[in-house]
Amino acid sequence: MTRAASTSTVAIHDEYDIVHVRHAAREAASTAGFSLVQQTKLVTAASELARNALVYGGGGQAEIVVENLGSNPTVRMTFTDKGPGIPDIDAAMADGFTTGSGLGLGLGGAKRLADHFRIESEPGRGTMVEISMSVRRIAGP
Amino acid sequence: MAGVPIVSLNGVLLVTIQEELLDQSVAEFEQELTEKVVETRARGVLIDVSVLDIIDSFLARTLHDIAAITSLMAARTVVVGMRPAVAITLVELGLTLPGLETALSVEEGLSLLSPAPGPARTARP
Repeated sequence: MTRAASTSTVAIHDEYDIVHVRHAAREAASTAGFSLVQQTKLVTAASELARNALVYGGGGQAEIVVENLGSNPTVRMTFTDKGPGIPDIDAAMADGFTTGSGLGLGLGGAKRLADHFRIESEPGRGTMVEISMSVRRIAGP
Repeated sequence: MAGVPIVSLNGVLLVTIQEELLDQSVAEFEQELTEKVVETRARGVLIDVSVLDIIDSFLARTLHDIAAITSLMAARTVVVGMRPAVAITLVELGLTLPGLETALSVEEGLSLLSPAPGPARTARP
């Protein structure tokens, strides 16, 4: 059963919006009951993907949803832009790949931080990146 | 002005990042700090990041660059106070920042930067 506990959408038009996305991600992670380390990972991934959407996609939006509160709390974040798209996704995912001023760790790094990662991109039509992370329960002995 | 106060103290520039910075402010801060190193003839720079609850690849790269730039100006940069969750996240992100000196607290950072008594310090590898 999927129950969306909360959804927020943040427009990404300038650098302030990267900060807004971080705050929204932090709030969602805290609502979902994430540990401090998980919160930090989620917010860092959000920061990387929001910057990507701004720098490479020319802006877009982030949708942040908290799902399955109670049973398996999960935060899902979807970043979309209407930028030029990514011609070669495999190359873009590789560490060190960058066409901008970053370190080229944005996509690959966000994938490593999240539990689930999906990217769709079409040249000329923009890019969609979705990540999600669920509460990690530490198994008992 | 990036809004990051830089305090000069006995040859060391003490910088406490007090809030989340915009990318533009991070770039301005890098430049201000670099100019201040020359202006004050600082031998060390101590950057306290204990307030930050996240450090993403952009800020991490800037910290790394600052260390590299200041070393060209004969000053050592030490980053102090990184939170455990931030360190775990940076490593998972793929950023191990080789060459960036760190210390747990401002106090330990300052003692790293204080002139060693006795024979002159040898060059670091």
